[in-house]
Amino acid sequence: MLSSASQMHRMLSKYGLVSKQLWEIMLISNVLLCNVTDRVSFWFVVTDSAKNVTTVAGSEVEAAIRMNRNRINSAFLLSDKTLQFLKISSTIAPPVEPSTPVWLIVFGVVLCLTVAGIVFLIVTGIQRRKKQNKESSETEDLEEKCEVTVTIENGIPCETLDLKAGHINGVYAADDERFASL
Amino acid sequence: CEAQFLPNPEERRIPNMEKSRPLWDNPLQFVFACISYAVGLGNVWRFPYLCQMYGGGGFLIPYFIMLVVEGMPLLYLELAVGQRMRRGSIGAWKMISPYLCGVGVASVVVSFFLSMYYNVINAWAFWYLFHSFQDPLPWASCPLNGNRTGDEAECARTSPTQYFWYRRTLNIAPSLEAAGALQWEQALCLTLAWLLVYLCILRGTESTGKVVYVTASLPYCVLIIYLIRGLTLHGAVNGLIYMFTPKLEQLANPKAWISAATQIFFSLGLGFGSLIAFASYNEPSNNCERHAVVVSLINSATSIFASIVTFSIYGFKATFNYESCMSKVILLLTNAFDLEEGSLTADNLGAVQGHLQAAHPQRYAELQPQLKNCSLEAELDTAVQGTGLAFIVYSEAIKNMEVPQLYSVLYFVMLLMLGIGSMLGNTAAILTPLTDSKFIASHLSKEVVSGLVCFINCIIGLIFTMEAGNYWFDIFNDYAATLSLLLIVLVETIAVCYVYGIRRFEKDLHTMIGHKPSWYWKVMWAFASPLLIISLFIFYITDYILTGTLQYQAWDAAQVKQHRGFDYPGYALAVIGLLVAASTMCIPLGALLTLARRRLRRGRARPVA
Repeated sequence: MLSSASQMHRMLSKYGLVSKQLWEIMLISNVLLCNVTDRVSFWFVVTDSAKNVTTVAGSEVEAAIRMNRNRINSAFLLSDKTLQFLKISSTIAPPVEPSTPVWLIVFGVVLCLTVAGIVFLIVTGIQRRKKQNKESSETEDLEEKCEVTVTIENGIPCETLDLKAGHINGVYAADDERFASL
Repeated sequence: CEAQFLPNPEERRIPNMEKSRPLWDNPLQFVFACISYAVGLGNVWRFPYLCQMYGGGGFLIPYFIMLVVEGMPLLYLELAVGQRMRRGSIGAWKMISPYLCGVGVASVVVSFFLSMYYNVINAWAFWYLFHSFQDPLPWASCPLNGNRTGDEAECARTSPTQYFWYRRTLNIAPSLEAAGALQWEQALCLTLAWLLVYLCILRGTESTGKVVYVTASLPYCVLIIYLIRGLTLHGAVNGLIYMFTPKLEQLANPKAWISAATQIFFSLGLGFGSLIAFASYNEPSNNCERHAVVVSLINSATSIFASIVTFSIYGFKATFNYESCMSKVILLLTNAFDLEEGSLTADNLGAVQGHLQAAHPQRYAELQPQLKNCSLEAELDTAVQGTGLAFIVYSEAIKNMEVPQLYSVLYFVMLLMLGIGSMLGNTAAILTPLTDSKFIASHLSKEVVSGLVCFINCIIGLIFTMEAGNYWFDIFNDYAATLSLLLIVLVETIAVCYVYGIRRFEKDLHTMIGHKPSWYWKVMWAFASPLLIISLFIFYITDYILTGTLQYQAWDAAQVKQHRGFDYPGYALAVIGLLVAASTMCIPLGALLTLARRRLRRGRARPVA
C-alpha cells in the first residue's frame, strides 16, 4: 500500500503534475490511497497541502492525467489497455494511412502487366495472320499457273480430307448407319 | 451409288474440310486443363462443409460410392463424346442426333450464366490479395469510431473479419430491394479479372494450354505449404479429430447420400460443355478412359486434401477463439470481484465461477449477460461453407498466424488460380461452339469473339458489384446451374446410350482407344447413372415444392442478429424462373425446331418427286 502511494506520488511529482493554481511541491503524504485490493487496483485522492482538509478537484486530476497519459503508462511500463483509469476513456491513436492506398498500387501493377500481355498477344497474332495471308496468296498464284488437277472422289476433293486424322475417315464415320444398306 | 451419298444438306458438312482443328501440344496439357477446371473453389469451400455436416470421416463412404457410380462414368462419357465428335457442345450433340442441338445450346446458356457470376469471386480474391500487402492486415482489427474512443459499432458487434467482408468488400445492403450504388473498387477488380481471363483465352488452346500448367499445379503447392503450416498450428489437432471422428449414424440420413451425389456431380463440372470442348482439341487416338479415371480421382483426392487443411485451420481458429473467450471472461470476473491477478485460470474457472455465484449472487447476476459460455465444441460446430468459409474464416485464421501477409498472399493467389482455372473451362464451353460455327468464324476472328464474350459478361457482371449484388450472386449460385445441369446430363446419357446406341458408341471407342469399354462402364452409362440423376432431379423438385416460398439471408448491420431471413420479391422470383427456363427450355425447343425444319423441307421436296 505504501509502495503504491509512493509510486503514485513519484510519478505525479516527477512529471510536474502541478495544477496551475497550486504551484506547490507535492509531498507523498498528499496522495492518499484507499480500497487497495489484491487486484492491484485502488482509489486515490490528492490533497491540497495549502488547505489542509480539502482535496484537489477530481476534474483537475482527471485533466492532468489525460494530458500525461503516455508518460504515466511508460513509467509503469504499461499501456492504455493494461493500466486503466476508470472514467478516463483514452482516445486511441488512429492507424497510419498512406496517401495512396496500397491496394491501388498493386492493382495498378497487375493491370499494366495484364494489358501489356493482351496487347502483345494481339499484335503478334495480327502479324502472324498477315504473314500467313501473304504466303497463301503466293501458293494460290503458283496453283493457277500449274493447273493442278484435283482428284475428286464422290464429290469430295481428296486433298481437303485431313489425312492427319488417320484411321478415322471423317466422311463415313458419322453417317454410315443413317442410310439404308444396299 | 451416288444416291447413297446425298445426305441432308446440313449433314453434308464434312468435319475435316476446313483448316485443321487446333490441338493440345501434348496429352498432359489436356489432363492439366481438365484438372484445372474440375478442381475449383467447390473442393475447398463446399466439401469440408459437407464432411462436417454429414458425419465426418463417414461421409467418405457415400462420396466414393457416388464417384464410382456417377462421377467416373459420366466424365468418361463427356470426354469420349468430345474427342469423338471433335466439336464443341452444340456441334457434338447435333452429330449424335439433329434433334439434340438444343442440348448443346442449353449447355452454352448455362455456361454463360455461370461465367457471368463466377468471375466476381475472382474479383473478390483480387481485392483481398491487393489488401494483403499491408501491415497490419486490414481485417486484423476494427477501425475506430467517430470520436476515436473505441471500435466502430458494426465491427464491435460482429468481428473484424466479418466487418471487412460485409462492409469494406461488399458494402452489403440490408435487403435485396435496396439495390444501392455500384462499388467502383469492386468494379475495377472485376474488370481486371475479366482482362486476365481474356489474356488466357485469347489464342485458344495455344494460350490456354500454357496457362493451365500454372493454374493446375500452383494450388497444390499452396495447399502443401498450408498443410505443413496448418498441422503445426496450436489447436489444429482439435479440428482434425472433430472432422475425422466418423458419425456413422449420418449414413442413414438420405441427405448425406444426396449431398455426396450432388457434390460429385457439380464438382466435376459435367454438363457445361467444357469437358466436351477440351476433349475436342485432343488427338483422336488419345486414351480418354485413362484420363477420365485420373481426373476424377485427382479431383476427389484434392477435396479430401483440402478438407484436411481446412479442418486444421478450423481447429486453430476455434482453439484461438475459445482461449480468447476464456481470457475475456477471466478478465471480467477478476475486475468485477477484484481478485488477485493470476488467481483465475482456464482450469479453475468453472469452480471459481460457482463459488462466486454462491458468495455474491447479486453481483454475479448483474454480470451474467456479459459472461459468455465458452465452449470449444460450439466453436468447432459453426459449420461454414461458401464465401463465408473462404473469405471470413480463413482470413480470421490467417491474421493470427506469424507473418500473416505471406500466408494471406499465398492463400488468395491459390483462390485466384482455382477460380481462373474454372473460368478457362467455362469460357471454352462458350467459345468453342461459337468458333466452330461457320457463320461466326467467317465474319469474326477468334480474338474478337473472345473479347466480345468477355466484354458482355463483364458489363452484366457489374450487377454483382452493387450493394445488393451479393444477394443476386446467391440467386445465380443457387439456381442458375443446378436443375438445368441435371436435366442436361440426363438427356446426354440417354442420348448416347439409347439414341446413338451403345453398340455404336462402343465401336467408336474401340476405334479411338483400341479396346472396347468394359461391362462396368456400360452398366453405369445405361442404368446406374441415369437412375441416380432422375432420383436427384426428383429430390430437388420436391424440395423446391415443399419449401414453398424461397428465402434468402440478409445481413443487417443495425441489428444484433445479423442474418435475417426474407422472402424473395416478385421480380427476383421471376429472374430465378427465367434462369431455369432459359436453359431447360432449349432442349425441347431445339428438338421442335429441327422437327419443324425437316417437315418444311420434306413438304418442299415432295412436289418435285
